[in-house]
Amino acid sequence: MSTPVIQIENLGKRYLLGAVKQRARQHGYVALRDVISEQIKGWVSRKKKETVSRDEFWALDDISLTINQGDRIGIIGRNGAGKSTLLKILSRITEPTRGRITISGRVASLLEVGTGFHPELTGRENIYLNGAILGMTRAEIRRRFDEIVAFSEVEKFLDTPVKRYSSGMYVRLAFAVAAHLEPEILIVDEVLAVGDAEFQKKCLGKMQEVSHGGRTVLFVSHNMGAVTNLCSRGVVLKKGRMDFDGSAVHAVEHYLALGIAQAQSGASLPPHVLYQKDSEEPEQPYFIERVETYDAQGKAKPLVTTGDTCVFRITFEAEAAVENAGAVVMQFTSYDGAKVLMLSTTPDSGFPCAIRKGTNTVECVIEKMPFSGGEWILGVGIWLGSECACWNTDLCKLQIEPWDVYGSGFALTANRSLITTAHHWRRP
Amino acid sequence: MALINSDMPTPPNSSQTLVIEAGRAERHYWRDLWRYRELFYFLAWRDLLVRYKQTTIGVAWAVIRPFLTMVVLTFVFHNLAKLPSDDGPYPVLVFAAMLPWFFFSGSLTECSNSLVVNANLISKVYFPRLIVPTSTVIVTLVDFFISGTILAGLCVWYHFAPTWRILLLPAWVLLAFGASMGAGLWFGALNVKYRDFRYIVPFIVQFGIYLSPVGYKSTLVPEQYRLVYSLNPVVGVIDGFRWAILNEQTPLYWQSSAISAVVVGILIYTGIAYFRKTERYFADVI
Repeated sequence: MSTPVIQIENLGKRYLLGAVKQRARQHGYVALRDVISEQIKGWVSRKKKETVSRDEFWALDDISLTINQGDRIGIIGRNGAGKSTLLKILSRITEPTRGRITISGRVASLLEVGTGFHPELTGRENIYLNGAILGMTRAEIRRRFDEIVAFSEVEKFLDTPVKRYSSGMYVRLAFAVAAHLEPEILIVDEVLAVGDAEFQKKCLGKMQEVSHGGRTVLFVSHNMGAVTNLCSRGVVLKKGRMDFDGSAVHAVEHYLALGIAQAQSGASLPPHVLYQKDSEEPEQPYFIERVETYDAQGKAKPLVTTGDTCVFRITFEAEAAVENAGAVVMQFTSYDGAKVLMLSTTPDSGFPCAIRKGTNTVECVIEKMPFSGGEWILGVGIWLGSECACWNTDLCKLQIEPWDVYGSGFALTANRSLITTAHHWRRP
Repeated sequence: MALINSDMPTPPNSSQTLVIEAGRAERHYWRDLWRYRELFYFLAWRDLLVRYKQTTIGVAWAVIRPFLTMVVLTFVFHNLAKLPSDDGPYPVLVFAAMLPWFFFSGSLTECSNSLVVNANLISKVYFPRLIVPTSTVIVTLVDFFISGTILAGLCVWYHFAPTWRILLLPAWVLLAFGASMGAGLWFGALNVKYRDFRYIVPFIVQFGIYLSPVGYKSTLVPEQYRLVYSLNPVVGVIDGFRWAILNEQTPLYWQSSAISAVVVGILIYTGIAYFRKTERYFADVI
């Protein structure tokens, strides 16, 4: 069936980043004092117009998209690409600056699990409150109450204030309410990032149920596995613009190659560079500049094979020096979302990673590449103590060449085993 | 089942079509407000439930606070300043004014914070934002009725019976509601963008109790200032309450009531207009 349910035409959203707004970003709000002093400055210098045009920022620019009934669309993109802004506009939380959207059907959006939960209220009370906030009527909630409770598995604690819940129970209850909405169009933002693995699976199953029931799903996630599993169509956003629209698998491919593709458009990159930051992308205080692979001798290594020694050289920029508390983290994820390996300078390896102001380089040496042949997702992050300074779980693609590590005549690929390790057999 | 109801197919155009556009005056605004009417109830219910959780004497606070204030004001204005009470017992005189005053000041304080307190709701879910301050005023209205019982108690204590004019009290309650709503909408919306109002509102409330005839009668205000004085919408409300509850010999100073009614009307009209104009960017700045 291809009845369009959502039509987005030339959508744009602009944020103004004047001096006042900059302060607002620091403090979270605008003080009257600043507005008044800006006004006075404006009168004195008569340069108001210039300031306005300079400090514009288009979070979304010229997005056009037609979504048909039954489409399951995964929206992917780096942080700040405009994914959340798009969902917020579709959910009517904020207004577009330009363009037009036509929606037919009841929309339920789930931008956060447990919105409006009140810690002092009991589980039972919160089910009603949260349901009402999500747009259910009292009769609807009453009808679905038992199902919600059963799904959340918190029957015993229904009359306990949710502030005494464990975080797992809290999330389960919150998702249960949301899952029992009956929308024609469901908009979901990263909800699956919470909760334990088992519950995540349950949520994913629920969402699959929804989409197979002919409803339309819009799904934002950094979990590439979830996107490819759940979605039929993928849209890649880049700096507020549509970069790709096609099948979910192709969208994920395209997205993971973004790091290289962008840089290649300027000058061609050697193949041992896994990721290169796009020079046009706005700079964060801490960001990953480049990820390269080298061999044991320090020569560029364009092909990484199972069992090889491989050196990952990570180059990153820091706005300030961090003496003791810095840490660099690498994460390897399979395409279906399994976090197979995480390596960090601290605490895992006890490698003191002092961060200098400016450009920093660290290398991670993997003696025998444990991953089987195929495609992997590499994530890289920088931590300052327990605080995350930058974290891209899906920074780039890592292609591993299959190799017959065991000399058995079978090259190691993902359908045999995801990883390998040095071992031998014997009789006791 | 839940999310889907596979046995219940959804025709694609079963619901009305929604158009989202820049600066589009929400055509369905009032209908949406009606559709979300249960949310009024739930938000008010939440605030009432939460208000007195983990307090030992709970709802009694709604009674104790105004009662003690009444005792102090009676002592200061009647026993120390020797202000006369010709129409009834002084505590009743004070309390008749304190009821609407606490309602107004409470609404104003809670309303101006209401949107900021519910920031996570506003930035994550859509619903007509007008629900938030309105349900806040409703919560304060419940407090108003609870403390109203003190007034009844005082009347019994002083063997004081109101006249037929008490029947007109609902009209004055409505005026008080309007004044609270209008001012609350203004300050609530302003506070989202300019947090200065966090400091301005307590200031207004602190001075307001003296600028309104709570501890004294408005007849004490010199005749030539009376009309200017009445620009404070609470003046008309309080005068009305006293007129309806006490057996005042002096007739209602209707000019003051009329001015208050007009001021309240303007407050509500501009309050809603300003609120609707600004609510579009609440989620962006909150």
